[in-house]
Amino acid sequence: MHTQLDVNGRAYALDHDPRTTLLDALRDHIGLYGTKKGCDHGQCGACTVLVNGRRINSCLTLAAMHDGDEITTVEGLGEPGALAPLQQAFVDCDGYQCGYCTPGQIMSATGMLEEAKAGDPSHVSASLSGDVALDDSEIAERMSGNLCRCSAYPFIRQAIHSVEGKE
Amino acid sequence: MTQTFKMDEPLPRLLDETRQGLIGTPMNRPDGPLKVSGRADYAADRLPDGTAHGVLVRATITKGKVTRLDESALAGIEGVVAVLSGPNFVRNPAQGMAGESPVQPGPRVDYHGQPIALVVAETFEAARDAAQRLVVEYDDAGGAEVDPDSASEVETDDPDATGDWDEAWGRAAAKVDVTYTTPGQVSAAMEPHAALAHWDSGRLTLHGSQQMLRFNRKELADAVGVDPSEVRILSPYVGGGFGSKLGIGAEAVSAALASRDLGRPVRVVMARQTVFDAVLRRTQTSQHVRLAADADGRLLALGHDDLVSNLPEESFAEPTTNASQFTYGAAALRFQQSVARIHRTPSGSVRAPGEAVGMVVLEAAVDELAGELGMDPVELRLKNIPDTAPLTGQDYSGRRLADCLRQGAERFGWAQRPKAERDGDWLIGCGMAAAARKNMLTKAAARVRLTGAGAVVETDMTDIGTGSYAILAQIAGELLGLPESKVEVRLADTDLPGASGSGGSFGAGSTGSAVFLAARRIREQLAAQLGCEPGELTLQDGIARGANVEKSLADLVQDELVGEAEIASGEAAKSHLSAGWGAHFCEVAVHAWTGEVRVRRMLGLFDIGRVLNRKTATSQAVGGMIWGLGGALTEELHHDPRTGHIANRDLANYHVAAHADAAGRIEADFVDDRDDWANPMQSKGVGELGISGSGGAVLNAIHAAAGVRIRHLPATPDKVIAALEAAGR
Ligand code: FES
Ligand code: FES
Repeated sequence: MHTQLDVNGRAYALDHDPRTTLLDALRDHIGLYGTKKGCDHGQCGACTVLVNGRRINSCLTLAAMHDGDEITTVEGLGEPGALAPLQQAFVDCDGYQCGYCTPGQIMSATGMLEEAKAGDPSHVSASLSGDVALDDSEIAERMSGNLCRCSAYPFIRQAIHSVEGKE
Repeated sequence: MTQTFKMDEPLPRLLDETRQGLIGTPMNRPDGPLKVSGRADYAADRLPDGTAHGVLVRATITKGKVTRLDESALAGIEGVVAVLSGPNFVRNPAQGMAGESPVQPGPRVDYHGQPIALVVAETFEAARDAAQRLVVEYDDAGGAEVDPDSASEVETDDPDATGDWDEAWGRAAAKVDVTYTTPGQVSAAMEPHAALAHWDSGRLTLHGSQQMLRFNRKELADAVGVDPSEVRILSPYVGGGFGSKLGIGAEAVSAALASRDLGRPVRVVMARQTVFDAVLRRTQTSQHVRLAADADGRLLALGHDDLVSNLPEESFAEPTTNASQFTYGAAALRFQQSVARIHRTPSGSVRAPGEAVGMVVLEAAVDELAGELGMDPVELRLKNIPDTAPLTGQDYSGRRLADCLRQGAERFGWAQRPKAERDGDWLIGCGMAAAARKNMLTKAAARVRLTGAGAVVETDMTDIGTGSYAILAQIAGELLGLPESKVEVRLADTDLPGASGSGGSFGAGSTGSAVFLAARRIREQLAAQLGCEPGELTLQDGIARGANVEKSLADLVQDELVGEAEIASGEAAKSHLSAGWGAHFCEVAVHAWTGEVRVRRMLGLFDIGRVLNRKTATSQAVGGMIWGLGGALTEELHHDPRTGHIANRDLANYHVAAHADAAGRIEADFVDDRDDWANPMQSKGVGELGISGSGGAVLNAIHAAAGVRIRHLPATPDKVIAALEAAGR
């Protein structure tokens, strides 16, 4: 079947199996391997991308459901020599070790910062409305869908803290 | 041929003399920009034209034989290419440093979940569908034993023991005699095991996710029946290993076999569930610890016996009491291991084999002894640091355990810690534990090339998140007087000199030393060209100075200078016991009504000899501490009691620590030291030290907060509530 995706500002026309997930479409059909597969079941967050600005586990959705959607992957944020501030912060804070969960952490954090800016509350928010102060426990709560087996968690949150409010 | 340098005795501390100032700094990882921008290529991140997709099929009986693979159900699936099985299929991954194929059982099934066939198709979707629909017929042997506690086949070693146990035990003023259990655990590296294989004129190239290429090449060659010289493996980026990628496994072997059969590239990526089923787990343990002390808190007897499990034919047994054998001294010591032979997914190395479960338990038991004695647990530990290694009589090399204990306590504020305080519904308390992990040096080779433009380091060493790219650049840059931007590190290609690989926390020390020695050879060549003694040579920022001459490397090096070196363990490892040491301090909050445990803060202070890169070493240490936290609180494999199969074989049901679990302040630091007997750089391993004991600090903090001892890990809320109730709280 045919699906049109806009990925990182570029249009791709795909001819694919109806069962192809958005994750596999990005990786094996388009060749953007930055988005990782850690579980294929929505349990790890390694495959997080932005769809129309919102973060999503790309393994849990079919490519066919995204005809015409705008997708942002980690490759779209920046590249070596021209990294986005959050990407650079991960390098400076050592917000990774093996680097496998990293694209997912970075995309998730990018989406999360927008959610917080929009005032979306989380499980640990003191109130359901009003401004969200992104302290460490808020960030930890909001990033808990992204597992890091290397357990770089404190450094990942340091990286997120360091750019929060600056972008 | 390069001759092998044997580590027999200490070398001068050259890294304290060199001038570049790169070693030890918190330099960013050079591979970082690729990783954060999604441009680092892991094994599955490629799909050459014509690649077929393979999906592994698992056995659904525990013991018996596969009698038929019935492909008729696949007839309607478009794009199925082949169903493969056969005598070369491997039962499980090779154990670390095996250097030969793992067991190839043919049609025999030894555990539920064993990979028994590979379905290959034009698309991943078709291969997955066909793998699920393939009908497998078995001859089920039935009656397989899957429970270590009731296994009929149990092998028990002769104890390692010294002293008169009965006499020492008999005159004790305080005693602890307890049994702890730890459940099975898994590595759960975030990158599932993956391989892309293709053959070209009888030569196999494999993009794999492997930790130890020098061994993996031999293992893979043996498994598929070719000479190792016909096999090339590349693993430039590995998405976490933790022991799970030490040896070649079903994904690599099946991809290689299928690719040879089909004459096209084949990619096999394990599903997460397959990673649980078919990759070596950490054994569950049952540990019996006995401690006896005199009234002053001096240990008289220390016994640590354990029961672990593995499949028949697997030689690996979790070295549970490794660190118990050299951390403390006592008049009488006794260590004895039993291995139950059962038909579960076989066990092997998972990060810090031995210490990860053994030190948790030993350190919890030592805390119990401190309680019996009414003594401060830091004090008790300080009192029992032995002069020489108790079982072997070896001298210790660098050992700053006492400093880690004292300075750690100081920095944590141990003396002023909250003691069984209450904060609303939360009970607050603090615990501590010691850390120890043997340090090893293993054979490793590397080559360094120097041109006027800079240096290139070449070795088949891997970087599994440990920081090899960074530290090898720092070592070469430091010795050759080059800034980081002038050193390139090429890794993880079996065409390069054979390194130690990443395992046992020996990678940085071993391969780093090979790079050190190779660069030192180049220094000798430069000194000769300059006309000075190597000792007089100074190299900094691309300038060489010596014998009153100053020359830029660009002028001095016309063509290319090459240094190659190999290092191996020698007399030093016999005369001295080298280990990493440390102390953990932890504050927890235990919810009085739900039994939930939150770690509020944790501090680890470690002695790893010379720190090669402060940033990556800190990450390793903190990562290990969080592993320990997860092991103490959430991680647990559940096996079906009928079939032994892993019931919680995914990341929703097997609970590794998430951000929210590690939301407290978790910090690690190092006491700066030099371990002269360890290796020419005076450094020690760090990757596994952070786990050693950290879970014990968490358990001890739970006791301090809530007055309950959880002796069956993990300390999940159900167990904590039950203990609180039993204690009448
Ligand atoms: S791969 Fe999508 S959540 Fe794990
Ligand atoms: S960096 Fe390895 S899993 Fe997060």
